[in-house]
Amino acid sequence: MNFGVVVFPGTWSDCDFHYVISEVLRQPVRYVWHRDRQLDDFDCLILPGGFSYGDYLRAGAVAGRSPVVEALPEFMAKGGLVLGSCNGFQILCEAKLLPGALMRNECLQYRCQSTHLRVENAETPFTRLMRPGQILKMPISHGEGKFYADAETLRRLRDQKQIVFRYCAEDGRVVKDANPNGSLDNIAGVINEEGTVLGLMPHPERASENAMGGTDGLLIFHSLLGSLVEDGSFLKR
Amino acid sequence: MTGAEPKVTLDLALASGLTGEEYDRIIRRLGREPTFTELGLFSALWSEHCAYKHSRIFLRGLPTAGPAVLQGPGENAGIVDLGGDLALTFKIESHNHPSFIEPFQGAATGVGGILRDIFTMGARPIAVLDSLRFGPAEDPRSRRLIEGVVSGISWYGNCFGVPNLGGEVNFAPEYAGNPLVNAMAVGLVSKSRIFRARAEGPGNPVFYVGAKTGRDGIHGATMASATFDEGAEERRPTVQVGDPFTEKLLLEACLEAMETGAVLGIQDMGAAGLACACSEMPARAGTGMEVELSRVPQRETGMTPYEIMLSESQERMLLVAARGREEEVRRVFAKWELDAVEIGRVTDDGMLRVRTNGAVVAEVPVAALTDEAPVYAKATTRPGWQDGLAAFDPLTLPVPADCSEALLTLLGSPAIASKAWVYRQYDQQVGINTLVMPGSDAGILRIRGTRKAVALTTDCNARFVYLDPRAGAAMAVAEAARNLAVSGARPLAVTDCLNFGSPERPEILWQFKEAVAGIAEACRALDIPVVGGNVSFYNETLGQAILPTPVIGMAGLIDEAESRRTQWFEQEGDRIALLGPSAVSLGGSELLWVLHAKMAGLLAPLDLQQERRVHEACRAAIAAGLVRSAHDCSEGGLAVALAESCVSGPRPVGAAVEMDDDGARIDLVLFGEGPSRLVVSVRPEAERHFERLMGEFALPWRWLGRVGGEGLVARRGGVTVLWVPLDRLDHAWRHGFERHVA
Repeated sequence: MNFGVVVFPGTWSDCDFHYVISEVLRQPVRYVWHRDRQLDDFDCLILPGGFSYGDYLRAGAVAGRSPVVEALPEFMAKGGLVLGSCNGFQILCEAKLLPGALMRNECLQYRCQSTHLRVENAETPFTRLMRPGQILKMPISHGEGKFYADAETLRRLRDQKQIVFRYCAEDGRVVKDANPNGSLDNIAGVINEEGTVLGLMPHPERASENAMGGTDGLLIFHSLLGSLVEDGSFLKR
Repeated sequence: MTGAEPKVTLDLALASGLTGEEYDRIIRRLGREPTFTELGLFSALWSEHCAYKHSRIFLRGLPTAGPAVLQGPGENAGIVDLGGDLALTFKIESHNHPSFIEPFQGAATGVGGILRDIFTMGARPIAVLDSLRFGPAEDPRSRRLIEGVVSGISWYGNCFGVPNLGGEVNFAPEYAGNPLVNAMAVGLVSKSRIFRARAEGPGNPVFYVGAKTGRDGIHGATMASATFDEGAEERRPTVQVGDPFTEKLLLEACLEAMETGAVLGIQDMGAAGLACACSEMPARAGTGMEVELSRVPQRETGMTPYEIMLSESQERMLLVAARGREEEVRRVFAKWELDAVEIGRVTDDGMLRVRTNGAVVAEVPVAALTDEAPVYAKATTRPGWQDGLAAFDPLTLPVPADCSEALLTLLGSPAIASKAWVYRQYDQQVGINTLVMPGSDAGILRIRGTRKAVALTTDCNARFVYLDPRAGAAMAVAEAARNLAVSGARPLAVTDCLNFGSPERPEILWQFKEAVAGIAEACRALDIPVVGGNVSFYNETLGQAILPTPVIGMAGLIDEAESRRTQWFEQEGDRIALLGPSAVSLGGSELLWVLHAKMAGLLAPLDLQQERRVHEACRAAIAAGLVRSAHDCSEGGLAVALAESCVSGPRPVGAAVEMDDDGARIDLVLFGEGPSRLVVSVRPEAERHFERLMGEFALPWRWLGRVGGEGLVARRGGVTVLWVPLDRLDHAWRHGFERHVA
């Protein structure tokens, strides 16, 4: 499976994703420069964390209008999958490839900490190796991760099972105390209607080795690998 | 020379921070009056900040050589060998004055400046640490500073993408008018690709790269070389404004340009900006430099040569490229959308020649600005207050009525309580190498492609240094080395940030002299070279000097990353041991400060040879896999060390210990502080092995008790002297900082 890791000016999880995909998963991976529009070589593109364009204007606002992001709809139409983590999630929302918006954390401070996530939808190409209700441990590191959507959008997200991860306590209860940033409905990750674009604030690449405190992040990558069928297309949900 | 500049007079020289004597010396050296721009160059380069003129003669006493040292002091940062092709580069620097004037930008640009020192060496930064000091936590002015400083560090480091691995936060009234913000950065570099700040090869082009020059930070170096008065906040324009996004681009562009082989030398434009880079780079290489200021990218109009040379605008570098390979440099910087402009060339005449539109505005021998800067051997006087401090006997104070309550008070004090409020605002994991995040004695990073790891710490107990500068500074080195030893690491080298008051006061200079001698003694005894650092004088406001604060940054190596240890108890039933002497003192202790608001008394003795044996024994026990946790026993004494081991891990766990029944006062036994002590928990099946091993090291040690139970209990002679349930310990420690600060 061919992964591409997109690099914007100011991206910093690019090397981390590259390392996990190449050294831990032993899969082919290449960096993709933000000016590139030629994406045919890839099965899955990753929009990593960081401060693309310094978060100027709004987190993800400038990168959301970059050449590589403009080329994503065509990439998705041809069967490609897109995973956005942290700043990547912010960029995907800014580009309207995912619903909702990510706002300043409710505590008004940056938060780097471990979180627990409850799997709300295990029927996506990104989560198919997980169990519904399974609890994952993954760290966050962001200042603007408070997910927001209007009531109509939220209803649609619920109805169409587009909420993929919610912050929860260690025992799985979805409670306010377990919400690190004030996200609406404890939402940590959402998927688009077609099931081809996943955005989440936590960092799966930081939870991919025992030495780093856990491997729950690998479940996303392994789900992706298991979703690729022989003709190069992905299993739909 | 241009005629538009102000006439240079003695008054102008005095106003720019030079002394009359220094001004005469400049005239003698040049054989004429300096131009206005030249006066600016001298005032910046001869400032304490750049020239170390009061400290240099004392710093000569520090040991700087060692088998692992690849680069000692004098470059942007020191470098030590990690084996194979890898080396570690690191340095600590102060940004105290700017952070007092404008805490957010002051602290942010402190991080930015030290990161540039690291990547100019050709290294990718892998960690930062911060050592912070503020006035009393309850003071609203301190809170404003803490919030500003922490969010500034958070903003810059997080956006740049470097993990924060630890540091210190401490409080004392003496820092109220002069907080300390010391930032340490660490980078990993290939030995075959180390870059130095040298302008080699006459004829080679000199490139200005990075952000554009503005009027911010003009005379920052001079500001940092004076004490504050009531008008301090009006000096905000001398504080630089940071842009971590540009710094991140500059990092990637510099490392990529270095890869091409077209870069010969590179220096950060930090303190004193272009003035400093354009004179230090040729000075190190024995060459000269010519620059044309009209080519310098500027973001303001009408800047004078003086302003351009002295601007401390951030995120800029000066680099010397190989002639004929200019295009390779330009191409890389264009990719990262940064300016890279050829502003001059290296010459062979030893002169710094500055032109504006062809007209020479400064022409000075680089040696006059750098190597020939004044060095002072000013008088030192042992302060009169030392005797009074030493004469105080803490044991004249009553024993705390309830030692359990005293422990809770200490655990909840802002100096000892968990600093999670601070470090949860910092990214601690980017780069995915962090094996131990902030919250243990040292931060630990794995070195990919090897089985090794690097452990990092910063330490200084300034109360100890105040009471006895020589012993206190030696203890700071000992504590840093101990924090590495309990992590399983062997110290590689020290970088020191020496924060003191005005060196023009003989008492302060005595503190400095003694402290440097103490560092030198300890580094010699423990075999740890000093590879770089920073002196920050003039930390005074309205005549109130800070506590002498020589912060020790230390890096160590763990050969087998898997063997690393953390400070918290993990397993019920493990046996607890105390390594090190029983001699402790309440002089200068946390207990004396927190319960009695007193800073006085004698320190416990420091035996550096014994200190060394304690570290070696601890490392040997860790390497042999006998020990499940190890924790330095410092502020708050044995009771606090035990309590921290109980509650600082992922899961609180109790402990039961038996204290020595030697007739000493119980508060001394529980809370007395002394060097060379650490607490370990030993696997039950390894007890005999551990006893044999300790026997081989000829050091004092004893079994204390066992991990387990519902709280921390200490008995002496069958009597319970301390009993605190786990939830109370945990609550006091976990929320103490926020309760005081937030």
